[in-house]
Amino acid sequence: MTSVALLHRITDYANRPDPYPLYAELRRTPVVRDESGPYLVSTYWEIKGLLHDPRISSDLRNLTPEAAKAGGQEHDPNLPPAFIRLDPPEHDRLRRLSMRPFGPPHTPRRVFDMHGELEEIVSGLVDGLRGRDTIDLVDDFSYPFPVTVICRILGVPREDESHFHEWADTIAAGLDPVGTAEEREAQVQGVRRARGELAAYLAGLIEERRRSPRDDMLTAMATEHGPDGQMSPVEIITTAALLLIAGHETTVNLITNGMLTLLRNPDVLQRLRTEPGLAVPLVEELLRFEPPVQMLPQRTTLADIDIDGTIIPKGASLYLMVASGSRDPQRFTDPDRFIPDRPDNQHLGFGHGLHNCFGAPLARLEAQLALTALVRRLNGPSLVEDPPPYRQNAVLRGPRHLPIAISGVTD
Amino acid sequence: MSVDGYLETFRREGRIVVVGASLAGLRAAEALRAEGFQGTLTMVGDEPHDPYDRPPLSKQVLLGKVPADHTLLARRRPIDAQWRLGAAATGLDLAARRVQLADGDAIDYDRLLITTGVRARPWPHELEADLDGVCVLRTRDDAVRLHHRLTAGPRRVLVIGAGFTGSEIASACRERGLPVTVAERGPAPLVGALGGVVGEVAAELQRAHGVDLRCGVQVTGLEGDSAGRVRKAHFSDGTAVEADVVVIALGATRNTEWLADSGLGAGPRGIACDAGCRAFDVRGIVTDDVFVAGDVARSPHPLFGYQFLSLEHWGNAVAQAETAAHNMVSGSADRRPHLWMPSFWSAQFGVNIKSVGVPPMGEQIMVTQGSLAEQRFTAAYGYQGRVIAAVTFDQAKWLDFYERQIEQAAPFPPEFTTVDRRTEGLQPVPAGFPDPSLPSHGPTITLSGHSPTDRRISFTPRRA
Ligand SMILES: Cc1cc2nc3c(=O)[nH]c(=O)nc-3n(C[C@H](O)[C@H](O)[C@H](O)COP(=O)(O)OP(=O)(O)OC[C@H]3O[C@@H](n4cnc5c(N)ncnc54)[C@H](O)[C@@H]3O)c2cc1C
Ligand code: HEM
Repeated sequence: MTSVALLHRITDYANRPDPYPLYAELRRTPVVRDESGPYLVSTYWEIKGLLHDPRISSDLRNLTPEAAKAGGQEHDPNLPPAFIRLDPPEHDRLRRLSMRPFGPPHTPRRVFDMHGELEEIVSGLVDGLRGRDTIDLVDDFSYPFPVTVICRILGVPREDESHFHEWADTIAAGLDPVGTAEEREAQVQGVRRARGELAAYLAGLIEERRRSPRDDMLTAMATEHGPDGQMSPVEIITTAALLLIAGHETTVNLITNGMLTLLRNPDVLQRLRTEPGLAVPLVEELLRFEPPVQMLPQRTTLADIDIDGTIIPKGASLYLMVASGSRDPQRFTDPDRFIPDRPDNQHLGFGHGLHNCFGAPLARLEAQLALTALVRRLNGPSLVEDPPPYRQNAVLRGPRHLPIAISGVTD
Repeated sequence: MSVDGYLETFRREGRIVVVGASLAGLRAAEALRAEGFQGTLTMVGDEPHDPYDRPPLSKQVLLGKVPADHTLLARRRPIDAQWRLGAAATGLDLAARRVQLADGDAIDYDRLLITTGVRARPWPHELEADLDGVCVLRTRDDAVRLHHRLTAGPRRVLVIGAGFTGSEIASACRERGLPVTVAERGPAPLVGALGGVVGEVAAELQRAHGVDLRCGVQVTGLEGDSAGRVRKAHFSDGTAVEADVVVIALGATRNTEWLADSGLGAGPRGIACDAGCRAFDVRGIVTDDVFVAGDVARSPHPLFGYQFLSLEHWGNAVAQAETAAHNMVSGSADRRPHLWMPSFWSAQFGVNIKSVGVPPMGEQIMVTQGSLAEQRFTAAYGYQGRVIAAVTFDQAKWLDFYERQIEQAAPFPPEFTTVDRRTEGLQPVPAGFPDPSLPSHGPTITLSGHSPTDRRISFTPRRA
């Protein structure tokens, strides 16, 4: 069973619309070494344990050279990693510094206070769909919404958003563990170029904010002093780039997967229309059932670790298959059913432990507002294609387009 | 009648009395109903208030962020109980299955749950304890009084005893800008609970926040003015401070006096019970109709050598109450053991302190992540070559991992590297617990040997 390269089948584009049966196969052996080198961990408790295990590193510089080569995950010599790819104490320090202008304890109301602004952006986008009989939810809504939001939070001018689009896509695609050695090399080069361009752009913007401060996160990161001191200029760049990309490439899939799932479950869609409070547990269930982040492919071991009888050697590459863990029948009853008000839903959709999603409160609110508004205002929505065409990316998985036929737009 | 038949009848129309209407009592009552108990349920509590939560009393309440009467415990479900609040239980007749109340009433039960908790140990000199301005902190009324005193703007507050409660009170005073002196008999704050190595960090923390911390001293006397108000405290080193509020934070005493002569295995260290929460009688024989939960209980734990543990931990009170409730209404085959992993938290001087396991069993300690000097770290305690406990300062996210290490009896010192390992984390050092026979502010975990009866209590020696 393990001799077939399961990872290869999971990343095979043909399986993008429904990777879940492959995960079920994977879970028969909670820890398995893939042909291509990495160890795949696919069961809920094992993944959760590793996400809280201080012997696990997110810093790729701890991979053995062979593991790094095999995964094509060499360290970019031009820019230091952002905190998602760092271990404590650097990770903790940068995360605290970035949290200061974004959330508790220093700015606890930041996300909450955006409620009105987010609703406005959503209604503007839905207003723009008037007069259409088919829409592409991705291009018309799911993509522009979170992009606008994260750009506003950071303080990136609207007119520059299109550049980001390109950079963010290239960098996100770089997470995808696919392809031949040459393709991989080309990908690595592409990612480095995009990261370089993004960094140069951000450096200019940060300089501008330092000279003339505004009420945005870039300004705060560039000018504020706290108990941890201040970020260095390079740290501000890598952090801002991280937030931009994390804010770009994930929420789009949550909203799109959400609408797709609702259209496949019309009774639930109808319920959400009349019961807006359902949005809260429903978004959690989406994060479990169709998670935008399917796996965490960038972990390594600082020591030999025994999991469930398998010894993972020090310096090995570890893929935590979170989408599989969130469908583990040992943890969730009826895991393959979409139950919008599922109780006790401790999914792995935002990761867990010290790297748990920094933007989760924002992403949750965005998805709740977006889905509530879409089902309320789109009349007679139906899927044009099922399954829709997917993006290539197997890690940040979601439809590239989601054509929906509608009969009108309510006010 | 068959025993099974008895259980069914009992679940339908039996009488359960809960003595002690606080955290453990309320959660047990809710669990009894959730388990399907339909009989009569009586809640006896000597405090006049509905069940409320204590942890905020030394934190948000003293800061004035939450009024003391806004600390009621959230109700998980209706319990349909007869409440006897403001009525202390004064006696227990095991043979007649009857609880005697202070107001002269008596209540019969089929099964009894005792959750009478602990109370603050008072200042031993009664005349001094009666001085105006001398306070303790255990109840909501205590918190109201202390908050009132702090709001009046005292010139200086003296806290006697630097355990968790005393340290949290000192922290609140500093946050309110009040001058505060802390007097601790041991070598550092929190030593009883976390040992000397971590105690030193706590001491640094207090001093950095402007506390006048005096360790290794005893308060020899409190002095009042002509109006009976406290004004000065004298220390064993010959010094003295002027203070117009003195908070006695010398740990707790179990509320078991009402059980004296009842025949139950109850004493100053609590009420001994088995892993199923059933109380032992004085002969060391387990009862089957008297159950115990919360701070007042001493129960044996397999992970810690089956020694009896007394835990003054919020989480333990809840978990033990739920287990006790389940076992009270279940047949013997369906009963569950209370195997709660001790865990505790405290918030003081801006730091979130958490522990799992039983630190006072630790012979050695090793800082596995972070650094003591940065006051942000994770440290593991070792006992006879295994991990027995862990503590974190602002690093609670790692505790789950160490909890599993304790459960698995993982080797100590840990053989592996971790993220954020510093040079100080390369070697274990003595954990620095004081001799347990010396009185201090009182640790919140007490190990009390293997015997259910209180007369033969012996502490396990921690070091040769
Ligand atoms: C200020 C303070 C801060 C705390 N902070 C923390 C913290 O941060 N973290 C943590 O884990 N724990 C903390 N604790 C401990 C936690 O509150 C206790 O573990 C918990 O309250 C135990 O609940 P219990 O129901 O067993 O006992 P208690 O809460 O003590 O309740 C016992 C009840 O029984 C009543 N009673 C006693 N005798 C009789 C009698 N004869 N008849 C009738 N009624 C009687 C008492 O008056 C009381 O109401 C704190 C405690 C205090 C006081
Ligand atoms: C639905 C949307 C989102 C999903 C599903 C998601 C998912 C995740 C996951 C699984 C991780 C863990 C990564 C790891 O452990 O290696 C993560 C981390 C992170 N996310 Fe998100 N995310 C979303 C939205 C956002 C948004 C909107 C932001 C920015 C505001 C953001 C910022 C981050 C950051 C900075 C990290 C790194 C945290 C750290 O390393 O400490 N995310 N996210």
